[in-house]
Amino acid sequence: MSPRALAIAIVTVATAVLAYVLFIGLPRMTTKANVKRTAAIPPVSVPAPPGRKIKAHLFYVGDDGTRLTSIERDVTYGDSAVEQAREIIAAQIAPAASPLVSAIPAGTTLRAVFITEQGEAYVDLSRELSSAHPGGTVEELLTVYTLVHALTENLPAVKAVQVLVDGKEVETLAGHVDLRRPLPKNPAWVQ
Amino acid sequence: MNARPLPLLTAAATIALFVTLAVGLASQSAPPPPLTLFSKDGRRSLAVTLVGGQEFVALDDLASAFQLAVRDEAGAITVSYKGKTIILTPEQALASVSGRLVSLPAAPARGAGRRWLVPEEFVSRALALIYDVKLDLRKPSRLLIVGDLRVPHITVRYDPLGASGRLTVDATPRSLGTVTQDGDHLTIKFDADALDASSPLLTLPAPQNLITGVRVVDQTTIAVDLGPRFGSFRSASQPVDATMRIVIDVVPAQTDTAAPGPGTAPGTTPPPPSQPSQPATDVPPALSQPAFAVRTVALDPGHGGDDDGVHGASGVKEKDLTLSVARRAKATIEARLGIRVLMTREDDRKVPIDERAAMANNNKADLLISLHASSSLRASTTGATIFCAEFDKTTAQAAIAGGVERVPAFGGGSRDIELVLWDFAQTRHLDQSTTFAGVVEQQLHEHIPLAARAVDHAPLRVLESANMPAVLIEMGYLTNPGQEKLLAGDAFQNTLVQALYDAIVKYRDAVAAGGGR
Repeated sequence: MSPRALAIAIVTVATAVLAYVLFIGLPRMTTKANVKRTAAIPPVSVPAPPGRKIKAHLFYVGDDGTRLTSIERDVTYGDSAVEQAREIIAAQIAPAASPLVSAIPAGTTLRAVFITEQGEAYVDLSRELSSAHPGGTVEELLTVYTLVHALTENLPAVKAVQVLVDGKEVETLAGHVDLRRPLPKNPAWVQ
Repeated sequence: MNARPLPLLTAAATIALFVTLAVGLASQSAPPPPLTLFSKDGRRSLAVTLVGGQEFVALDDLASAFQLAVRDEAGAITVSYKGKTIILTPEQALASVSGRLVSLPAAPARGAGRRWLVPEEFVSRALALIYDVKLDLRKPSRLLIVGDLRVPHITVRYDPLGASGRLTVDATPRSLGTVTQDGDHLTIKFDADALDASSPLLTLPAPQNLITGVRVVDQTTIAVDLGPRFGSFRSASQPVDATMRIVIDVVPAQTDTAAPGPGTAPGTTPPPPSQPSQPATDVPPALSQPAFAVRTVALDPGHGGDDDGVHGASGVKEKDLTLSVARRAKATIEARLGIRVLMTREDDRKVPIDERAAMANNNKADLLISLHASSSLRASTTGATIFCAEFDKTTAQAAIAGGVERVPAFGGGSRDIELVLWDFAQTRHLDQSTTFAGVVEQQLHEHIPLAARAVDHAPLRVLESANMPAVLIEMGYLTNPGQEKLLAGDAFQNTLVQALYDAIVKYRDAVAAGGGR
């Protein structure tokens, strides 16, 4: 074989190897990696089926007006603890159908929910929570513990709840209950 | 014709502009007083800016004072100190402190020159968690104490006792004070780095004339100015919780016929007045009263001003009802029991919750009774409830610990100990508060309708900071038409006041017998 023919053969083989690596080998490797990655995360990346629900306990004013009573309701499934907390609070602050009586003032809307690693949830609600509150120590306690129990009873990860109004920490809603720190659940306020 | 209106219009517009500017400048409220940063290196001033009613400090001022690195990028403000970081997000009243979420009373704001401003509480709630020495923010005193400096907060109270008088000086945290007489004044020198006090500490009206006032002399000394009737004094120091209490009894000259006892020598500290080693015959009986007798009662009529509280269907307002009952109670208790009654408000005005408890604390009240009326979404709900404070386990443990420097706080992390003690002062008095609530329930039981659970516990703001036995009484439900009519009537209010009077007498007797405290 002449040197020229040898050079042509080497270039041909090298080109063939390169072509194999580029067009067959690499795509196969990439596809395998993608398949593995996709298989690892379906619970996160795949959205919940539409209409999926969980059972949750929501809280309303009891017959005697001085304690809360617990009602089991279907609540939209949330993909994460924060999403689930958001869905529970949204259901809790929605207008209550008679004969239920909600301790959350009408017009209150949800702004945001945060949950810390220590299990403290921050529930940020609109100003109506305070401005439309009828006042009175007992009524204020029922409003606060409605929110505290809605999260602590349904989400084991939540140990305490601090209520924020319009994005800010508040001392009280109506002049009585201390809201400057997260409050743990207090079964004494539930019948 | 066309030339004249233009200058006129220009002049009018100029005047209007000046008037607008003048009105605008006049309507601006005075800037808040600065914080005084007090450290081993001395004092420096930290400017405070008021934004939306909230007090802010400039982040670059803090950076300069505490050697912090501040970066503002990608929609977040990062504050770093020795490898630890705080991340602030504009428009969010939260801070991430080394990965833990901490709440702030307001979000960061832009100040003059687009400087970032942060709420004062950023120092105690966020910066204190990453800084390597203690940061003690005392908002009422406008002090920020850096490091382990001894800067006791000084409060003074004077009580006339017949012809004599008693001056009570409290230093918190505990700091020893030495009392000496220097001519026309008594000098109290504290073993401290500085005092958290502003002069004058006390100014007295002329009639008593035993002492005329108390003032700050220098960084660690206060002076009690003596009046023309002053004869002699005796002083004693005793620790009360986190406070060192100096009690100085002053006696008029005309009754000071006997030589002072061993405890009256200047600069000495005899046993407390409650345990006199050699009772002097010239000392009025009042001086030997038990130190913990019920001498002052604080009444707190709930709400007031633009805060009406609960509205009844017939128009009764909670703020009016509570003031009416408090006025009746004050008149009855003062006239028949001869003890001092102070009210957190005497008329229809708004008083912040912190000021209500502070008023009771600063006047060394022995009982706090907060008066309220309730509302319910169920119109049939009736009955009075007596509330005591309630603290969750973590908070109670932190408050009782007392000696630790940092304690768990809302939002995670820890918090300045001085602030925690003030906020949770009631933890030390919960047993007495519950005892007093039980006595009130007994007295109310046969006279006015009570709720099914007549004594209850809840995290109520006005009670938590009270440094004495304290209860909040919900007298009834204004949302119940029958109760609204009842509560507004003279008969109910007089009956309630009589029951309160009886409860105070019974509690006082129990305290005197040693069963209440």
